[in-house]
Amino acid sequence: MSIAFWQKLDQTVRSITPFGLSLLLVILSVAPTYIPGYAQIAPILALVSIYHWAIYRPNLLPLFAVFILGLLQDLLIGSPPGLYVLVFLTVYGMTLSQRRFFTGKSFAVYWFGFAVVSLVASVESWVVGSVWNFALLDFNAVTFQYLLSLGIFPIIAWIFLRWQQAFLRQE
Amino acid sequence: MEQRPSALLRIAVPLKSSAQRFMYLGLIAVAFGLMLLGKVDVVLVDRVRAEVTDVVVPILEALSRPVATVSKGIQNFQELVVIREENAILKQQNARLMQWQTVARKLQAENIALQNLLGVVHDKNANYVSARVIAGSGGAFANMLIVNAGEIDGVRKGQVVISDRGIIGRISGVSNRSARVLLITDINSRIPVLIENNRTRAIMTGTNTSRTKLIHLPPGARVTPRDRIITSGHGGAFPSGLPVGVVASVSDGGIEVQLFADYAKLEFVRIADFGLKGLVDMSVQKNSLKHKAGGRTGKK
Repeated sequence: MSIAFWQKLDQTVRSITPFGLSLLLVILSVAPTYIPGYAQIAPILALVSIYHWAIYRPNLLPLFAVFILGLLQDLLIGSPPGLYVLVFLTVYGMTLSQRRFFTGKSFAVYWFGFAVVSLVASVESWVVGSVWNFALLDFNAVTFQYLLSLGIFPIIAWIFLRWQQAFLRQE
Repeated sequence: MEQRPSALLRIAVPLKSSAQRFMYLGLIAVAFGLMLLGKVDVVLVDRVRAEVTDVVVPILEALSRPVATVSKGIQNFQELVVIREENAILKQQNARLMQWQTVARKLQAENIALQNLLGVVHDKNANYVSARVIAGSGGAFANMLIVNAGEIDGVRKGQVVISDRGIIGRISGVSNRSARVLLITDINSRIPVLIENNRTRAIMTGTNTSRTKLIHLPPGARVTPRDRIITSGHGGAFPSGLPVGVVASVSDGGIEVQLFADYAKLEFVRIADFGLKGLVDMSVQKNSLKHKAGGRTGKK
C-alpha cells in the first residue's frame, strides 16, 4: 500500500465526520433519558449540526446528506414523514445564504444566528405539523423545545469547533 | 472558528449555481411529496419506519443501558432523601389497602361463584412479552416508543402495550428485532373507553401532550373529575377493563384525562397478546385497502 492511499483514506474519513456526527445527533435525540417531561421537549440536536456545518464546511455536508438526516429523523421520532426533511433543508438553505455574515464573527453572533434560524425552524415545524394532522398542535412543547435547543447549542457547537480545528483544518 | 477569507473564497459556495438551486427546490418538493405519501399510504410508511428502526436498534440499545443506570443512580439518591416521609405514607396506604384486600377477596369469591352459576364466557388469557424501551419521543409531533422486541419474539402489529400502572399504547409497526409503540397520548391514537362508575362509553383521543381528551360522549353523559377511565373493549382492538387514567378536568374545552402510566420512567413494558383481531386485523386490512381512511389508529 502506498502512502498516498493511506493519506487519501485519512482524508476521506475526516471529511465524512460532519455527516457522521450529525447522524449520531439524530440518533441521540431519540435515546431515552428517563427524565420526567424531557421527552416532551427533547430538542432536535441535528439542527445545531446542520447550522454549524452549513457555515463552516458546507462542502462536507451537501444537500443530499441534509435530506437523508431529515428523513432519518422523521422515521425515527415518528413525526410526519418529510416534516424534518423540510425543516432541515430550510435551516441549511437559510444558513448557507448568510454564511458570509457569520464567518469570522464572535461566538455570540454565531449563537444569535442559531437562535434566529431555529426559531424559524420551530415555527415552520409547528405550522406544517398542524396542517398535516388537521389539528392545532401544542405550541408550548415547541416553545420549550426551542429554548432547550438554544441552551444546548453552546455545548454541541463547542465540540464541533474543537473537532473542526483538530481534524478538518484547511491548508 | 476564525477562518481566513481566502479559504472561504476557495470553497465553492453551493447554492450559487443554478443546478444546486434546482436540486434544493427539488428536494423540498420531495419533502412535500413524502408528507403526502405519509397521509396516503400509512401502512407503507409504518413498514419503512420499522425497517429503518431495526438498523439503528443496536446503537439505541447500547445507549439505553448506561443512561438507565445513571438515571437509576440519581433516582436512588433522590429517594434516599425522602425515605422517611415516604415510609410513613406507605404505611398508611398499606393499612388502607389491607382493608381493600379483604373486600376484594370477598368480592372475588362472590364473583366467581356467580359467574359459575351463570356460565359466563371468560376472556382469553393473555400472553406477555416483556421488552426494554430503547427510544422514545414525546414531542409536539409524535408520541411513541421503540422497544427491543420484534417479530422473532412474537410481537405483532396491533398488540396492546401496558406498564405496571395501566395501558400505554399499541404496537403500530414491527420489524425483526424491534417494534414501534404508538402511545395513547399521540394525536393519532383513538381508543374506546368507559367511565368506570356509570359505564358511559367514550372515545379517548391523544393530543400530543401528557393529557388526553374524551370525545364522542353520549348526550347527557355525566362526567366528574376523579372518575376512573378504563378500556371498554368495544371494537375488539383492546381488551376491556384495562386501567387508563382519571378525569382531570371537565370544562368547555373538553374533558381531560390524567393517565396512570408514567411515560418518563418507563424502562420496561409488557406487550400483551390477548388474541384479539379487532380493528387492526392485517388480513382484513389488506383486503380492504380501499377503505383506508383516517389516521394510524383510526377506525378501519
